[in-house]
Amino acid sequence: MSGTAVVPHASAEELKMPSRGIVGMACLIAAEAAIFIIFVVAYVFYLGKSISGPTPREVLDLPILSTICLLSSSITVHFAVSALHHSKRSMCSLWLALTVLLATIFLACTAQEWWRLIYHDGLTLQTNLFGTTFYSLVGLHASHVVAGLLMLSLALFFSLRGQMTAKHTERLEVLSLYWHFVDAVWIVVFLVVYVFGR
Amino acid sequence: MAAQTPAPAIIDKTAPRAPRRLVFEVMHDWITTVDHKKIGLMYIGYSLLFLLIGGFEALLIRIQLAIPNNSFVSPQAFNRLFTMHGTTMVFFVGMPILFGFGNYLVPLMIGARDMAFPRLNAFSFWISAFGGVLLYFSYLGGDGLYGAGSAPDVGWFAYAPLTARVFSPGHSTDYWTLALLLSGIGSIGTALNIVATTICMRCPGMKLNRMPLLVWLYLVTSGMVFVAVSPLTAAQIMLMLDRYAGSHFFDTQAGGSAVLWMHFFWIFGHPEVYILVLPAFAFANEIIPVFSRKAIFGYPAMVAATVGIGFISLSVWAHHMFTVGMGAYANTFFTFATMIISVPTGIKIFNWLATLWGGKIHFTVAMMFSVGFLFQFLIAGLTGIMLSASPFDWQLSSSYFVVAHFHYVLVGAILFMIFAAFYYWYPKMTGRMLSEKIGKWHFWIFLIGFHLTFDFMHIPGILGMPRRIYTYEADRGWEVLNMIVSSGAVLQTIASLLFVFNLIWSYFKGAVAGPDPWDAWTLEWSTVSPPPPYNFAVTPTVESRRPLWDLKHPDDPDSNYEM
Amino acid sequence: MTIIRVWASVVGRPFQFVLGNNSTSIFAPAGTPAHAIFGLSMLVLGIVCSIFVVVAGLLIFALLRYRFRASDSNSEQEPAQIYGSNQIELSWTVIPVLIVVVLFLATTRVIFSTEKAGKSKQKIDVMVIGHQYWWEYRYPKLGIVTANELHVPVSDSSNPTPTYLTMSSADTDHSFWIPRLAGKMDLIPNKTNVMWIDPEQAGLYLGQCAQYCGTQHAKMLLRVYADTPTEFAAWVARQQKVAVEDPSATAGEAVFQHNACISCHTVSGTVATGRFGPDLTHLASRDTIASGAVPNTRENIRAFVDNPAHFKPGVLMPPMHLSDHDLDLVTAYLTSLK
Repeated sequence: MSGTAVVPHASAEELKMPSRGIVGMACLIAAEAAIFIIFVVAYVFYLGKSISGPTPREVLDLPILSTICLLSSSITVHFAVSALHHSKRSMCSLWLALTVLLATIFLACTAQEWWRLIYHDGLTLQTNLFGTTFYSLVGLHASHVVAGLLMLSLALFFSLRGQMTAKHTERLEVLSLYWHFVDAVWIVVFLVVYVFGR
Repeated sequence: MAAQTPAPAIIDKTAPRAPRRLVFEVMHDWITTVDHKKIGLMYIGYSLLFLLIGGFEALLIRIQLAIPNNSFVSPQAFNRLFTMHGTTMVFFVGMPILFGFGNYLVPLMIGARDMAFPRLNAFSFWISAFGGVLLYFSYLGGDGLYGAGSAPDVGWFAYAPLTARVFSPGHSTDYWTLALLLSGIGSIGTALNIVATTICMRCPGMKLNRMPLLVWLYLVTSGMVFVAVSPLTAAQIMLMLDRYAGSHFFDTQAGGSAVLWMHFFWIFGHPEVYILVLPAFAFANEIIPVFSRKAIFGYPAMVAATVGIGFISLSVWAHHMFTVGMGAYANTFFTFATMIISVPTGIKIFNWLATLWGGKIHFTVAMMFSVGFLFQFLIAGLTGIMLSASPFDWQLSSSYFVVAHFHYVLVGAILFMIFAAFYYWYPKMTGRMLSEKIGKWHFWIFLIGFHLTFDFMHIPGILGMPRRIYTYEADRGWEVLNMIVSSGAVLQTIASLLFVFNLIWSYFKGAVAGPDPWDAWTLEWSTVSPPPPYNFAVTPTVESRRPLWDLKHPDDPDSNYEM
Repeated sequence: MTIIRVWASVVGRPFQFVLGNNSTSIFAPAGTPAHAIFGLSMLVLGIVCSIFVVVAGLLIFALLRYRFRASDSNSEQEPAQIYGSNQIELSWTVIPVLIVVVLFLATTRVIFSTEKAGKSKQKIDVMVIGHQYWWEYRYPKLGIVTANELHVPVSDSSNPTPTYLTMSSADTDHSFWIPRLAGKMDLIPNKTNVMWIDPEQAGLYLGQCAQYCGTQHAKMLLRVYADTPTEFAAWVARQQKVAVEDPSATAGEAVFQHNACISCHTVSGTVATGRFGPDLTHLASRDTIASGAVPNTRENIRAFVDNPAHFKPGVLMPPMHLSDHDLDLVTAYLTSLK
């Protein structure tokens, strides 16, 4: 061994470090997941504990269309990333546009559902424990969809202006990670709220 | 030895200090900085300020309790004092000071030039700082429409339904909620940064199993922040919805559950204790070996114990709730989880002991504080075992025994290690040594004050004194003990002021430190003191856990022994 | 269990000698749950004290033996570097695990013996309802409602008469803690908790609310009177009667009934049926007022009605703003409620 422990030289064993963007996003997802878990726990804990109606069974319908839209947007954003990776920039724009469209449909469906619940069924945040936990859980998820939608739109904007190139693949990949997470949360919300909790 | 050692300045050719600049320029520099060292120092300075404020609140609390039936402060003022004291010490002293040292040290120790996301780092600091300011603004702005209460008075764990609008009108609780929400966002941001830095920015040769233990412990702590602080953030969102939007999460009148808040709070609250204590362990892992002149004993065991603590700490929260009526089975489970976490904690103490064994122990002030830490943490752990036996806890919970126990952890262990860290790294941060002479006075006065206060505080708990009472009857046999406890608080105040004086005096008059005053072994000591903005002129390469040991002992490098 | 009891009687002696003379000491148990907890406490204390002696002893030895001495011939040299040992690590993992298992098993027995104790046939049932800064006690089977001073019969070990406390809260969280009788149990709104006590000697047992419940948490004091069977029967008989009509106090009764008093307080047999404040039917039979804050004297009652915040700042009862004359009349009425 030589005495050159900290003297710079090209190390024989170059460490392969992961991208910090992806690690950072993974951390954010861990933190966000913990927040969602708490809201899901609150929802499950208060299932059937409301003192007055309406109950989930009376007012909730299965949101099939919006679920299909949101889940398929995960696939389209994946295609957008791989298109960008292969420098197919117009394909990337197309897939991004499709993702934005699907996310918008999802939000429109949610808005329609809330409209019906509030004005037709008279369920608000203040009505009972079901209203409290339902709107906060679904609303928390929807706010994440809105955030994702804004960022995807921004990506689409840059992509249409031709400012996004293959070297930005990693950034788009970080965004797609977030989007996959939002979709995964929806699967949990869908199962807990609309399937098992109804 | 000195002849063989290439002066670290060879590694780092840095220009001498920049010429004097205008105050305005300097301020602009600090406010807009994204340098991890400056942000770290701002974190530290900010938490020192809050340490003084929180300590002052503690002093007022102890003056009120020194004699029975005292009317030094009103009950309302007392309730605000203990709420603000607890909230301040945990969220605006403990968290930021540890993140401050982490911010400063982690990139330097892994040979990086900055954190992974410097701008996020600045954002995290400023949002946490804003949270602290907001909390104290409540003293001015917390009156609200009802004129009821100024600063929050719901206790630092703010049990529902005391926080509901009915029981806490006005805005004081809202300030509490918002301040914690903001500080939580800042903590998550910094933790994210530390994890990404540690995983992605290590210098060549710095494999995971060559990272200094401090970096390992900060990695685990940061990982815990995601799963522990986020539940608190979620609970704060719920509480805000309750208070502003009329929802019923914790509204017991509408069927909501007070116990749910307790669960959510302690799912945060207990891992939080480990989030605070792991960095203290991290300091001990660096300081004890250097002043024993020996490598840390059982590096892999230390890492494994840390990761073990991280996981087990997520399953012990309800030991704060043994008196809530969870039922025998839940009590049994949480008793077991809590007792078993003492095993990895014990492993750490034994490894420190083994590190001391056979060494040449230099009793610098940093080492004296570390030794104090070892004894006090041992006692804190043992009283923790007493509290983990849930029937014993049915008696001791919410009594002064508990207050004494967790102050033994927070002051006796964590604050002692923070003091040690100051004496150890201050030369690196400022280029000047802290005065060892003032430091010894600081240590001994603080030690005596600490033991007067917190040793004797256990006994009123055994004699039936609950926590958070603003006064007590004269005939309960608590008065002498409380007087002793309060007198210790005065000594601790004096010692803390001495410490602040030392920090200021030494900055101007302290001995010049040079790059490596302690003859230490980790990378931060290879740069000049204070390090230049880019840390390392050339990125270092390491081949063992103690790169500077290898440099100083080329004939016998560490890499020969490490597994 | 027997081993623990013998151990506790030996190890506990010095602790009891020093700390057991206090009216609220957990080391002066006077009931079955408190005894069980005391036994366990002594076991845990014994173990942790031994651990402390061993580890602290080793630490002190290491610090003294291995301190740096400038006079040493080889003081310039670094000591031998030792990096670790798997055998040693294993030993100081396994031994603590064994200690934990012992502690855990002993603890579990006490948890189940206290929480899952079979109910005795001869038992008293009391509903305890926590209010901001006072205690409401209802004896559903005996038809008694009282406040702040809990009366229970002494429980003879040959013929036990434990008291089961069914607890809840009307507002915020509280905690019921009589250190000499049992551990504490929280009173939580929307939740029902149960605990039991069986005092073995007649007398007064003190305690206080142990969960921060608001401004006046400190003066939410607890008094449990363990009465002999005859005393208890007499007390029950007295409490079951409606309020005494004292002809000399009718003027005061009129003042009481024409002010806001009756919207919060109950005096049985009269128009006063409020539930927000303590039941006053037999107020004069109690030793203290204001949840144990001050002795029950004419002066204190008068001062309390005049301005409750004088004794208990933050109390929910508002000052009644009565004239001196009315104040005297109401005081006379209240002191007549034997």
